[in-house]
Amino acid sequence: MTTFKNKRFSRRGFLAGTGMLAAGISLPSSLLKASGSSTLNFYNWDTYIGETTLSDFKSSSGIDVKMDLFSDNDELFGKLRAGNPGYDLIVPSSDFVERMIIADMLSPLDNNAIPNRVNVEPTFLEVGFDPGRRYSLPYMWGTMGIGYRKSKVDGTPDSWKWLLDSSKYRGKIALLSEAGDVLGAAFKYMGHPLNTTDPKIITQAEQLLIKQKPNIKVFAPDNGQDLLLSGEVDLAMEWNGDILQVMEEDPDISYVVPKEGSVVWEDALAIPKGAPNPKNAHKFINFLLGAEAGAAIAEFIQYATPNVAAKKLMPEEYKNNPAIFPSDTTLKSCEASIYKGEEAVRLYDEAWTRVLAA
Amino acid sequence: MLSDRFRAKNENSRKVFLVTFLPPTIWLILFLFAPVLIIVVYSFSQKVGLINIEVNWVMDNYWRAADPLYLKIFAKSFYIAGTTTFLCLVISFPVVLAITKIRQNWKLIILVLLMLPFWINLLIRTYALIAVLRTRGFLNSGFEWIAAHLGLRFEPVQFLYNDTAIIIGLVYIHLPFMILPIYAGLEGFDETLKQAAEDLGSSSMQVYRHIVFPLIRPSVFAGCMLVFIPALGSYLTPELLGGTDGQLIANVIERQFKHANDWPFGAALSMVLIYVTCGVIAVWLLVAKRKKS
Repeated sequence: MTTFKNKRFSRRGFLAGTGMLAAGISLPSSLLKASGSSTLNFYNWDTYIGETTLSDFKSSSGIDVKMDLFSDNDELFGKLRAGNPGYDLIVPSSDFVERMIIADMLSPLDNNAIPNRVNVEPTFLEVGFDPGRRYSLPYMWGTMGIGYRKSKVDGTPDSWKWLLDSSKYRGKIALLSEAGDVLGAAFKYMGHPLNTTDPKIITQAEQLLIKQKPNIKVFAPDNGQDLLLSGEVDLAMEWNGDILQVMEEDPDISYVVPKEGSVVWEDALAIPKGAPNPKNAHKFINFLLGAEAGAAIAEFIQYATPNVAAKKLMPEEYKNNPAIFPSDTTLKSCEASIYKGEEAVRLYDEAWTRVLAA
Repeated sequence: MLSDRFRAKNENSRKVFLVTFLPPTIWLILFLFAPVLIIVVYSFSQKVGLINIEVNWVMDNYWRAADPLYLKIFAKSFYIAGTTTFLCLVISFPVVLAITKIRQNWKLIILVLLMLPFWINLLIRTYALIAVLRTRGFLNSGFEWIAAHLGLRFEPVQFLYNDTAIIIGLVYIHLPFMILPIYAGLEGFDETLKQAAEDLGSSSMQVYRHIVFPLIRPSVFAGCMLVFIPALGSYLTPELLGGTDGQLIANVIERQFKHANDWPFGAALSMVLIYVTCGVIAVWLLVAKRKKS
């Protein structure tokens, strides 16, 4: 507790000073088992890898992959912000890649160790959140849009209007529950950039949402697809992958990206600072970007792959599914979410708290 | 000789004392006091950039928490937790009275049934409640079936996604925490006291008012605390069952630690919640004490 004498110290120092408490809590037990040079600690989203990907990699390289799961970017960020507890490879989304670069939490990639980088579609090598792709490579991508029940909706609800500025589907609407997602959609609807940080526009979006609140049934924490499937709502703001899952169960459900534009997201492979086995992480990234492995993953999880070689191996119904690969005009109207700075994060959160409290 | 033996005995009991009380004390210090202390320190800190927190003993986070926006959410959380506690109390009393009246071997079964839900994860129980309450849920289907048999038209009731749903969910989860302490209080109750009161001419209403209730007041108080405090900090139930204005203070706190990435402010909100809760309990105890004297 000597650090308490020091009036100013960083969080890292604070944690070290107060012992293993906080670190101990955030240390996943499974990691303790995986050490040595032929292992790899992979921190991934749930159901986000092919059925045999890990065993295929083991038989081709002899490296044992130990996979831990996280459920959202905040959890990933929270676990790594106090120092890397032992992960070699992580899968943050675009804006979190940027956050982690700024916070000095990622190691640069060694492109010479990843020959399969050539398989990545060129558009994915020029991204705002990681200029020149020094720290990350794309894993999967997709869009945010509207999942809807065809029989209950007039035509195709291809505008944010039906969710954000209309009482036509009163009580049958579910929106996402995260400030950035909902405000972002409101910005696009009002004709502003997705990553707006102008306080005036944020206030306008806040007012739009407060006005629309009586028509909205629920701000769903990532279960909009279940609400849609059970008939609780007829329109849900959701991620395309989630809606795709329920489209398979119920042919009456469909997905559209609104014409005003939306979010195009990307989950990227990155190596956190302090990774115990960075060489193995590079080998695994190279493996994932290979044609067969990439295709096997896309086949199983049905997300859009940025891997050209893998896409070539995929069946037509995957390549031509507009819910997976939107048209080029739609994509042009979409933007990637970037890190907006702590000031804007606070403005967003306060606006969102006011929307929920109204 | 005598003093030696005495000293040995004394030494021995000191060892027993250490062995019994040291582990829980260390546990408490490490896993309760130290983390709370960290939160206290954070609440007087400021964040610098993305991940660093500077401890500079400022009050900014507390001033921010005093904004009417957050006070309103605090008030709402207290209202929801208070209503939950009241409903649990009202429901528990008849249930407990019934349990104390039934035969011994049935008692055990009923108590086991009351405890059974604890074996199931809270998240799963909440999802089960959603399946019961939703528009095409079991409850609405049941009503529809009855209405159809009576030849009536039926519009599904919107049970979910409003404050009532939050309260239903909280009462459902916390009811055993009220029933068990009150049951413990009533079960150990000396029946001869009741008989004495009746012999002296009290009606059964009077017996409960003047004899039973005052004597089991500590158990009722314990039950109320066991329900009120966790209900005040509930986060999952409002998140899953609440409507568009269903956020309670715990949801705001959760956002500060996750998406809003503002640990010091989240810590300050947590501390305010702790201060206010302690304050409410203190006032409650004072009032109870004054009543007694």
